[in-house]
Amino acid sequence: MDTILTVDNLHINFYTNNRCNEAVRGVSFQLKKGRTLCLVGESGCGKSVTASSIMRLLPPLSRIEEGEIIYHTDQGDLRLHELDPNGPEIRSIRGAEIAMIFQDPMTALNPVYTVGFQIREAFMYHTKMAAAAMKEKAVELLRSMRIPAPEQRVNEYIHQYSGGMRQRAMIAMAMACNPQILIADEPTTALDVTVQAQIFDLMNDLQREHNAAILLITHDMGVVAELAHDVVVMYMGDAVENGPVEEILTKPAHPYTSALLRSIPVLGQSKSQKLEPIRGSTPDPYNRPKGCQFRPRCDFATEKCLQDPETFDVSADHTVKCWHWEKVLANA
Amino acid sequence: MHREKEVLLKIRNAQTYFPVQKGLLKRTVGHVRAVDNVSLDVYRGETLGLVGESGCGKTTLGKSILQLVRPTGGEFIYNFDGQEKDLRKLSNEEMMQARKRLQIVFQDPHSSLNPAFTIFGSLQDPLKKFGIKSKEERKQIIGDLLEAVNLRREYMHRYPHEFSGGQRQRIGIARALSLGPELIICDEAVSALDVSIQAQVLNLLLELKEKHKLTYIFISHDLSVVEYMSDRIAVMYLGKIVELAQAEDLFANAMHPYSQALLSAIPVAEVGRKRNRIVLEGNVPSPVDPPPGCAFHPRCPYAMEMCKTTVPELRKHIIDGREHHVACHLTDARAVTTQKTS
Repeated sequence: MDTILTVDNLHINFYTNNRCNEAVRGVSFQLKKGRTLCLVGESGCGKSVTASSIMRLLPPLSRIEEGEIIYHTDQGDLRLHELDPNGPEIRSIRGAEIAMIFQDPMTALNPVYTVGFQIREAFMYHTKMAAAAMKEKAVELLRSMRIPAPEQRVNEYIHQYSGGMRQRAMIAMAMACNPQILIADEPTTALDVTVQAQIFDLMNDLQREHNAAILLITHDMGVVAELAHDVVVMYMGDAVENGPVEEILTKPAHPYTSALLRSIPVLGQSKSQKLEPIRGSTPDPYNRPKGCQFRPRCDFATEKCLQDPETFDVSADHTVKCWHWEKVLANA
Repeated sequence: MHREKEVLLKIRNAQTYFPVQKGLLKRTVGHVRAVDNVSLDVYRGETLGLVGESGCGKTTLGKSILQLVRPTGGEFIYNFDGQEKDLRKLSNEEMMQARKRLQIVFQDPHSSLNPAFTIFGSLQDPLKKFGIKSKEERKQIIGDLLEAVNLRREYMHRYPHEFSGGQRQRIGIARALSLGPELIICDEAVSALDVSIQAQVLNLLLELKEKHKLTYIFISHDLSVVEYMSDRIAVMYLGKIVELAQAEDLFANAMHPYSQALLSAIPVAEVGRKRNRIVLEGNVPSPVDPPPGCAFHPRCPYAMEMCKTTVPELRKHIIDGREHHVACHLTDARAVTTQKTS
């Protein structure tokens, strides 16, 4: 399978109030054509930062300290992390070859332009289409997103759309130039489950039609089971576990993944299930524990965990950052 | 099964409408029917789950019970130790007394605690109001409450910003417990929390229920959480209850087409459980101008002629000897023995 994006040992720091927050500390993964990779983790674990660093959309006080983001094109490899975030190279990729869907369409879309204009913007910058063709294409995109009466809707503003329709309009915008990579940052968190189901259907269709690679960021294990092919589990800026979805969900090798799975209620198991909460709470990023970040909350913690864990191979494409992964697997 | 159970709260034809005003003169041009003819019994000691999508009126129903939003019509009959009184007809003073028994835990732990008060300051007001004069005694009680929700006593002198979301939510629960209530309405009490913290709070709520013999009305949009917590579940759509059943029955055998679609839409964290999702077309209609007949008919895959004209009533069906209330013409047509609820 063709790898389209490689992220290797990525470190990102934020510098605010004379303090340094290591938001991402060594995340590596590979995104493949026609597959969906899920970044899972709790709020503040660095999953959105990782995603926006690929688009080079990091906020001003942050910096990629170390590591590589490589975009594999037909013309050769592009080292995204070395590009000027405001330069012409990244701008020609952004929106055309790598597109992003944000969590909240109300803040991500511009309220003073029509939806049609915002879709056409992508064509203006990335293609040499005639104005009439652009208009037609915008209507077509809205229709493919199953928005009713697209000819009329294309000239409307975002406040005239419902929540689900806004999100679909944003997907239409992202898909305008048939991107190779679609980054979706919690695309359905603000939506109701029935609307979420509609959006997932659309994303599946798009992936099948265009063979796009999707990087999906979520905190919902249900979404992971439904959509993902591969999963990266993040905790406090570390990618603690990385592997195919079946293995992660059935044979988690990291104590955090396994504890997380045991702490969520599963539908259809009624009250017979027993939730086992993870004790304590996520540590303060400015006052991190020594060694393994999960150590203070972990049942398997020993002296050894005071050292940063190495990456171990569980199987061919399943890796884990834990000293005691064999014990975790045996305990499951 | 319920025959021996004592009814704590009887809701009959509850209506909460909000006026829609337009123009310079603020003329009322219509009403948002947030809660529209809801009838419901809440039994002592049970957890009643209330689910539905955003805007279906579940929070408004919760607030209407507490009279935090004044209902437009209907009866909210509460059982005050055997004496039944309509909460709507109580005077302000009587309602104040009733609030000892009825409490609420809000969704957002960041906005439901006053940032200018310490935890002690926030929690002591109700105690003062209900006659605990000595400060030492109040300190003792609040300390015990904090310990009951697994926080340290010393935390009472801290301010809300010093706590994490999960801790704040536990303070919210401690506050609800402070007057020894009978009924607690949990309005999306865990929705703002991270998954690993969510389980802590859910288990705490279950423990407290056992210990203090509480009754919960558990409002959430997350069906897996509701299933974990509830004995019975009511599904709401556009201000109406469309289905009400024992939790197991609802999940095993959802009868209303909306409940079926809702259940099938939820992603489950299990590999190989990719079931047939029923994807509903379109959006939830506006509650200002709900469709005639069954409010769900424009999106319903089984809609019949009758559904467009006649509003289905919530009827009791007996399935394998257990009650299952559904508001749907289709199930009415199928079922042999039906009986109108109340």
